Amino acid sequence: MGMSLSQLAEAAASELEKGWKWDKAVCRFCGTGCGIMCATKDGRIVATKGDPKAPVNKGLNCIKGYFNGKIMYGQDRLTQPLMRMTDGKFDKKGKFVPVTWEQAFDEMEKQFRKAYAEKGPSGVACFGSGQWTIHEGYAMNKLFKAGFRSNNIDPNARNCMASAVAAFYSVFGADEPAGNYDDIEYTDTMILWGANMAEMHPILWSRISDRRLSNKNVRIVNLSTFRNMSSDLADLEILFKPNTDLAIQNYIAREIIARDAVNKEFVEKHCVFATGPYDIGYGMRNTDKYAFPAEKDTQAKELKVKLDKYEAVAQRRAEGEVVEQKNTADPAKHWMISFDDFKKAVEPYTLDFVAELAKGDPDESLESFKGKLQQLVDYYIEKDRKVVSFWTMGFNQHQRGTWVNEQCYMNHLLLGKQSQPGNGAFSLTGQPSACGTAREVGTFCHRLPADTLIPNPKHRANAEAKWKLPAKTINPKIGSFYAKILRDLEDGSVKWAWVQVNNPWHTHPNTNHWLKAARENDNFIVVSEAYPGVSAKIADLILPSAMIFEKWGGFGNAKRRTQQWRQQVPPPGQARADIWQTLEFAKRFKVKDFWGTQNVPGLKAEGYEDNKLPSVLDEAVKMGYSPEDSLYKVLFATPANLKVKWPDPVAKGHDNHVATLLGDGWFPEKALWQEYVQFGRGKGKDLADFDVYHGDNIRGMKWPVVDGKEVAWRFNEQYDPYVKKGAGFEFYGDLFKAIPTGNLDGITDPKPVPLAGKAKIFYRPYAAPAEQPDANYDLWLCTGRVLEHWHSGTMTRRVPELHRAVPAAVMWMHPGDAQKRGLQRNDLVWVESRRGKVKVRVETGGRNKMVKGYVYVPFFDEGVLINRVTLDTTCPISKESDYKKCAVKVYKA
Amino acid sequence: MHAQAQPLDNTQAGDTKPGRVVRLYTPPATITGKLWNWRYLILRRLTQFGILAMFFGTARYGWEVAGRPLLSGNLSASEFMGVIPMADPFAVLQQLLTLHVLDKEVLIGAAIILGFYALIGGRSFCGWVCPVNLITDAAAWLRAKLRVPDFCNLSRSVRMWALILSLALSALLGVAAFEWVSPISMLHREVVFGAGLGLTAILGIFLFDLLVVKHGWCGHLCPLGAFYCLAGCATQLRVRFDDSTCTRCVECVRVCPEPHVLNFKQAADKGMVTSGDCTNCGRCITICPEDSLSFDLKPLIKQHNLNASQQARRPA
Amino acid sequence: MEARRREFLLKTAQGAALAACGGFIWSHLVRQEASAAVLALRPPGALPENDFAAQCIKCGQCANACPYDTLKMATAGSNMPIGTPYFEPRKVPCYMCQDIPCVPPCPTGALAKSLKDINKARMGLAVIDEENCLSWLGLRCEVCYRVCPVKGKAITVETHPRQISKHAMFVPLVHAEHCTGCGLCEQACPTQEAAIRVVNPKLVQGKIGEHYRLGWKREDQITQDFGAAPTPTEPADQAVAPKKAPGMDTLNQGIDF
Repeated sequence: MGMSLSQLAEAAASELEKGWKWDKAVCRFCGTGCGIMCATKDGRIVATKGDPKAPVNKGLNCIKGYFNGKIMYGQDRLTQPLMRMTDGKFDKKGKFVPVTWEQAFDEMEKQFRKAYAEKGPSGVACFGSGQWTIHEGYAMNKLFKAGFRSNNIDPNARNCMASAVAAFYSVFGADEPAGNYDDIEYTDTMILWGANMAEMHPILWSRISDRRLSNKNVRIVNLSTFRNMSSDLADLEILFKPNTDLAIQNYIAREIIARDAVNKEFVEKHCVFATGPYDIGYGMRNTDKYAFPAEKDTQAKELKVKLDKYEAVAQRRAEGEVVEQKNTADPAKHWMISFDDFKKAVEPYTLDFVAELAKGDPDESLESFKGKLQQLVDYYIEKDRKVVSFWTMGFNQHQRGTWVNEQCYMNHLLLGKQSQPGNGAFSLTGQPSACGTAREVGTFCHRLPADTLIPNPKHRANAEAKWKLPAKTINPKIGSFYAKILRDLEDGSVKWAWVQVNNPWHTHPNTNHWLKAARENDNFIVVSEAYPGVSAKIADLILPSAMIFEKWGGFGNAKRRTQQWRQQVPPPGQARADIWQTLEFAKRFKVKDFWGTQNVPGLKAEGYEDNKLPSVLDEAVKMGYSPEDSLYKVLFATPANLKVKWPDPVAKGHDNHVATLLGDGWFPEKALWQEYVQFGRGKGKDLADFDVYHGDNIRGMKWPVVDGKEVAWRFNEQYDPYVKKGAGFEFYGDLFKAIPTGNLDGITDPKPVPLAGKAKIFYRPYAAPAEQPDANYDLWLCTGRVLEHWHSGTMTRRVPELHRAVPAAVMWMHPGDAQKRGLQRNDLVWVESRRGKVKVRVETGGRNKMVKGYVYVPFFDEGVLINRVTLDTTCPISKESDYKKCAVKVYKA
Repeated sequence: MHAQAQPLDNTQAGDTKPGRVVRLYTPPATITGKLWNWRYLILRRLTQFGILAMFFGTARYGWEVAGRPLLSGNLSASEFMGVIPMADPFAVLQQLLTLHVLDKEVLIGAAIILGFYALIGGRSFCGWVCPVNLITDAAAWLRAKLRVPDFCNLSRSVRMWALILSLALSALLGVAAFEWVSPISMLHREVVFGAGLGLTAILGIFLFDLLVVKHGWCGHLCPLGAFYCLAGCATQLRVRFDDSTCTRCVECVRVCPEPHVLNFKQAADKGMVTSGDCTNCGRCITICPEDSLSFDLKPLIKQHNLNASQQARRPA
Repeated sequence: MEARRREFLLKTAQGAALAACGGFIWSHLVRQEASAAVLALRPPGALPENDFAAQCIKCGQCANACPYDTLKMATAGSNMPIGTPYFEPRKVPCYMCQDIPCVPPCPTGALAKSLKDINKARMGLAVIDEENCLSWLGLRCEVCYRVCPVKGKAITVETHPRQISKHAMFVPLVHAEHCTGCGLCEQACPTQEAAIRVVNPKLVQGKIGEHYRLGWKREDQITQDFGAAPTPTEPADQAVAPKKAPGMDTLNQGIDF
């Protein structure tokens, strides 16, 4: 007897799904934080689905999320430690040869000791990640800062949202957004500033679209330097020149004042005005010693800038004046000014001035552009119109990223449209745990967990107490930020580096420098990786890493939602979780290796001898430690942590390869979580207990979690229990809350004035980009992502379907520009800058419609390593790189 | 020539010449002698493979000369160096019968090819260019080796019917009927552009020629051969026949794939092989122990005949 | 004489019979091959299938000219007319070169040289399997839309409410008027089996009746001006009634009562 087709299909489906186990997890990719469910069978992920209970995505996924289940199974997955060797010995010039973990750690330890002996805590470094799980980031942060006494640990999140952080600190005194995604459903106006959400935050975009469709009054504005897919839905599209968003924001502020739309009550009660120095450089090296000959003219702008016509007006100086950049060392300093000063400062940003400066599309008329700017201001100002401003890399990866972030708050604060449902400036994040791991855990070179800072003696003391360390164990000198670690490798001041969950040599701009430094200098680079990407190719030692569902973990998304998952499947071969690698490496060192006196060139702090870290060994002995104790024992397998036992009922049958391999019966992820949450509790950063996140009905929780309840809108009395009763609003963040007084020209009274509970409205001027198109390099280059691929493509390019969908990066170009150069669609061209060149195919149609004079190349494709071309300027305050603007030329290959 | 005298009357052919010592062909002993004897075979294979290689190289490796594709296309239609168009006149004729207006490139190309073969012998195509010839020659060689007996007889006029049918069906069906099933183009295309099941048709031809009918495909069925046979009526390149030296040993008839073209009476009369079925393969020339056969141009042959007859008439 | 004539006639009859049998089989083969033609996607500029079938000389010069190895020549067994050029978009789509290099080499005009704008090519028509299209199911995919070289015209995305959550769905729609049939969408479709496919429009495209026009489109066609009044035609007189008239058959079938 045969079966009909339909019966056969049904039978096959039920047979196929026999024995599948479903469990909740989180999408591996962007900062949106979609929930997914994983089905496993026989140690493999057999299927995934969007989690219908997850409030962010309600069962949906984007096309990357759809392939979560396939990213672990690429054919070239790394499953064995690999080391460069010749004749059985490590050799920097050797070829990769499989080694055991033991051999790998032996060489890693040997090289670490060599670098540490030569250069001290400053000679070693770690490239961390906004894609680390929270637990992994916490463990490495502790190992470096408490164990190695080195602050040279910085995540790739530096290049993602450091500018947002710097502005959160300077404006509110506390990191991370006040609002949450529900703002989308409450607001009437969504303004995208350099955020192509249609592609980069696909699921949020479908919420925005739904809001737009279901309410006729809702308006969407897309501000961008070229036409992208978000314009499809936008009611208003404003195409501006790179960096002129600074001027547009000031124009809005000027109009708010001119039209008497300032929310005086809100501003008087909750805000002060402030400004800072303008001459802060562009975050490049202050010497041209390492520059390629062609890039010396750009590098020179780090020291002296000749003001152009617009900068001159914006900064109230003369055109052509050469301004020495005197404040590159302390660009973040700022002081209070009066409202009158503020008003005077924004006065030059008239419609005529800003329109002439900012109009980005040469084919658009000035009148049309002016009309759009006025419309934008109308939306912001309209009484009772709720406004949310969204941004990501357009603002953050910006030579004045901190400024432009601050300006966004400036307008929301002037209007009092902040920290209310549907009203607020909302900084989105790119990475799945840029918030959870990089920011909240503080895996930056200047941070400690829960918004505490390295230079602050109280904060260090707090961390030392929580970590049960002798006083003065933590190095008070801020370490090297991400770009600086690469520069340190180039100039030889860092000799040993460990890369986890990121791909610096692919993703950092101007990478020709860093590739050369890695391969030709005397240093040792360890790369923990799942796939052989660019960084693995330049490494000396590659450690095979477990991927997301092969370990216990947790991410924190862009709206403070913390989500955790269990290990679903075992890692393949010899691959191990990064946290295991960190803990295992800690076993190889003793307290006495680091806690004696250490040389730290450049260390200058109150209570410390210059250039020296004191010995804390005596103190340690008093605390009951032995100099012979291993860092593993002192930092991780502490008596308290060992009490958190594995196996644990919360596992519900799931394995934990890290606990099993460590073999001492504790549950490292849970123990470290419980230790970590002590930092934020009671400080407005409260996280719930480990087990809570693993509850069957929990789909993550938005911190602060107070009495088991999430906080939807921070700083607002109605929603946030941390706000004093009767205050209405209170910006209770405590960082940088005492500042001097001054005027637009500088500080007049250095005595710090306390500003508890207040937010700062900054005046920041327009500044021209460090490099602009000229006769030779005649086009702007912008880089970024495409929906189908994640970052450097190590995961998404292993999914055959995604690879087929977008097999290679292309260069989007205006058809007119192509024609002018005798190019047509699909032609192979060179894109060349002062720093390097790559070959790529031309695309004149498709998803991005470029304006004339502007090209866009996504960075996911190793074969089109566009970061050979990009410029490594950073925002001088946040140290975040600017990927969105440099000058290139394009010619036929 | 390495011929050995044999005092034997040839009894196989009806019109042996009495009074002549009939010598049979004996293969030469030296390598150079062998190579010389195989000269037309070698040349034919060189042109067959050479043409295939040029098509193949242009299609697969983009061979170019002076920036122009060397020989793009295949035997159906092609372009040499991006300038000279060529086309299969039979295919074009079929297409024209479908009442479609064709571009001039293909018409010029067909005219060029038709003119070329009209001059050098229509069925020179079969012997010197057609890739199926490689297959059928191999089948014939093996058939001789294995002494396969005839299975059945087939009239050589079948190919004329096939030709008529090709043209009639083209007009009726609205597509070039032979082109849609032609094993010749199939073989050629699949060699140039990549193999498919068409090669099984070639295997069919091989087996048919080997086991069923001797010279079955080329000699009996192929309508393209029939077309070229008609096209070659006025050919200028002919096999000259010198009756004065011929002993009627009929070695030539034995090796000829179209033996009926060697009609000695007619040949003696005209001083050359006249039938359009002759493929100018040169087998008969190299095997003739008396050097009675050779390639020559029609006007020269006529001149020669004239001279000979004048000489004959001249009193001794 | 009579016998020879008889023999000649017989031979001719035999030959003709053989030819007829052969011709029958032969034409059957050709027809069968031709019937598969609807499955083939042709190079840009290809004439309508019947004309293309007649004019394509199967020389492969178009395939040689294709810089992407998109065009292949059908072999026996590829289930389409042997020797004709075609492409399989899931494997290699047409990248729509601006200069259309495959058309000029065609010696017969089976690929029309009048095609100068690749956007005007009609190689096929993309159709979406809505039941298996990720975007139609609500996921944020729309890969087809983004890779479409005629994006925004050939494929557009419409936003629909999802109903079960506060997310919009972005459903891709194909517009035959602009779809070139290049197949980039089919190649890029990330589902296991492509949920968007390029096919010969004949297989899927319907047609509303010639007798009907959509009233809300092309209002300009409405005219009140009929020109000069027509001369009235008078019905002709009839001397004899015809034997048959419309309707009588049905009427004469009667009706049950």
